[in-house]
Amino acid sequence: MPIIEVTNLRKRYGDRVAVRDVSFEVAEGEIFGLLGPNGAGKTTTVECVAGLRIPDSGAVSVLGFDPRRDAAELRQLVGVQLQESRLPDRIRVGEALDLYSSFYRRPADWTELLDELGLAEQRNTAYKKLSGGQRQRLSIALALVGSPRVAILDELTTGLDPQARRDTWQLIERVRERGVTIVLVTHFMEEAERLCDRLAVIDSGGVVAVDSPAGLVARVDPEQRLRFRPSVPLDDALLTGLAEVTSVRSSGGQTVVTGRGDLLQAVTSVLARHRIVAADLRIEQPSLDDAFVELTGHRLDR
Amino acid sequence: MYAFFKILKMEARLSLRDVAPVVTAVVLPTVIMVVLGAVPALRRPDDVFGGQRFVDVFAPSLLVVTLVMAGLNGLTNALAGYRERGVLRRLSTTPVSPGALLAAQLLIHLALAACGAVLLVVVGRVLFGIPLPARPFVFALAFLLGAASLFAVGLLIAASAPTTGTANGLSSLLGALVMFLGGVYLPRYLLPDVLVRVGDLTPPGVRTLQDAWTGASPELLPLAIMAAVAAAAGIAAARFFRWE
Repeated sequence: MPIIEVTNLRKRYGDRVAVRDVSFEVAEGEIFGLLGPNGAGKTTTVECVAGLRIPDSGAVSVLGFDPRRDAAELRQLVGVQLQESRLPDRIRVGEALDLYSSFYRRPADWTELLDELGLAEQRNTAYKKLSGGQRQRLSIALALVGSPRVAILDELTTGLDPQARRDTWQLIERVRERGVTIVLVTHFMEEAERLCDRLAVIDSGGVVAVDSPAGLVARVDPEQRLRFRPSVPLDDALLTGLAEVTSVRSSGGQTVVTGRGDLLQAVTSVLARHRIVAADLRIEQPSLDDAFVELTGHRLDR
Repeated sequence: MYAFFKILKMEARLSLRDVAPVVTAVVLPTVIMVVLGAVPALRRPDDVFGGQRFVDVFAPSLLVVTLVMAGLNGLTNALAGYRERGVLRRLSTTPVSPGALLAAQLLIHLALAACGAVLLVVVGRVLFGIPLPARPFVFALAFLLGAASLFAVGLLIAASAPTTGTANGLSSLLGALVMFLGGVYLPRYLLPDVLVRVGDLTPPGVRTLQDAWTGASPELLPLAIMAAVAAAAGIAAARFFRWE
């Protein structure tokens, strides 16, 4: 039973079509990702889900409610963390949480949230004095303070340093353990791969694929790539004859062999027979990056 | 309602933490009066001032300063800033309408303006013997309507200006014009008759404030104009206000 259903969503701003045709379902308790480059229509999509924007056409259902008709009810049940939304400079962390918790019928204990999000020491710190990571955690805390059943988190870790980003990821996993369904908007491949149970790849306002990260990778041609520096110049013909090998390229002392199956074993045994040592040997398998390129025809960070 | 009072309390606390706007709206006009009143010539009745003292004649113009600082500058900047920072948009994802924040800001700036007026009247009475408003009820009404008209215009600017910078620029410009017509830069007896009349009839209606203060019977037309401006600008602001 899906908790969120989006069907043929379409939204345009003036002449620009932001969302062309987006459909997906989110199951209860999962972390569902919307992955795509900037401007692909991810934010507009979740804004329609959150009831902040009215779609031109298509249907959205969240916990059985229509965000257009039942906006008031959904605001009690859905916590939203918006991109580029700040608080007043002088408000203190504890004050902000106390204030926002008064908006909800069944607020969470915000002092517990403070501990859980590692903000206990910042309770009396003004918003202005918080670091980027602390602001982001406060923003997540505010999205959770109403004890929501669904949390929508938009570009959660943009602008954070790598350590703060990893801390935030751990935090999201803990939030999911509380039973909150999470919709995560991201343009970071690593984030999607690490956190999401399933994700929708979105490009130019449409859904290209919906699957688990591993499922998306499996759709790609399972070609492997082997790179190494042979200790003596290598005759490509030694390798092109192998059944596992599809191509061999050598340049600047480096050889790149592509192929499938047990490529590593096949190549290294030939090299061993000819007493060639393969230095800097690396094997590359298809990643979510490759899957993205395969699905959309371009890289994510174009 | 509970959430609204929480917001009101929080916003009041936040605005007291930011000292500069409070000082300009509440304290500045009284400081100007005290400084000018320290000059002996301005404390003596003179034919130049229509047989009155300069401090008597100038006091209503200082009310205009309070109203401009609180209503045009303070309110407009606070709301435009909140919109630009995404505070209003953030609030619109919660069960509480961002309208609650807007209402709280209105009340707070109205309270600041009222404090500025009370301080001015009391200090004027104690230090310079300026009589208390002779028609306190009409004075309060004129002050409220004048405030409502300016605040509504301030809201309209906050509602329609694309950025905080534009909102600040517009409200400062308009504020300067209102203060000029209110006799703040040049006392009204030095202004050409036409401009004096324009000042009488435009927000916040300095002449009506003066009449209610001194006990002359105020014209009805300016009061009606203030009410009409407040209603029109208020409705337009509500119509055009963007939360983001």
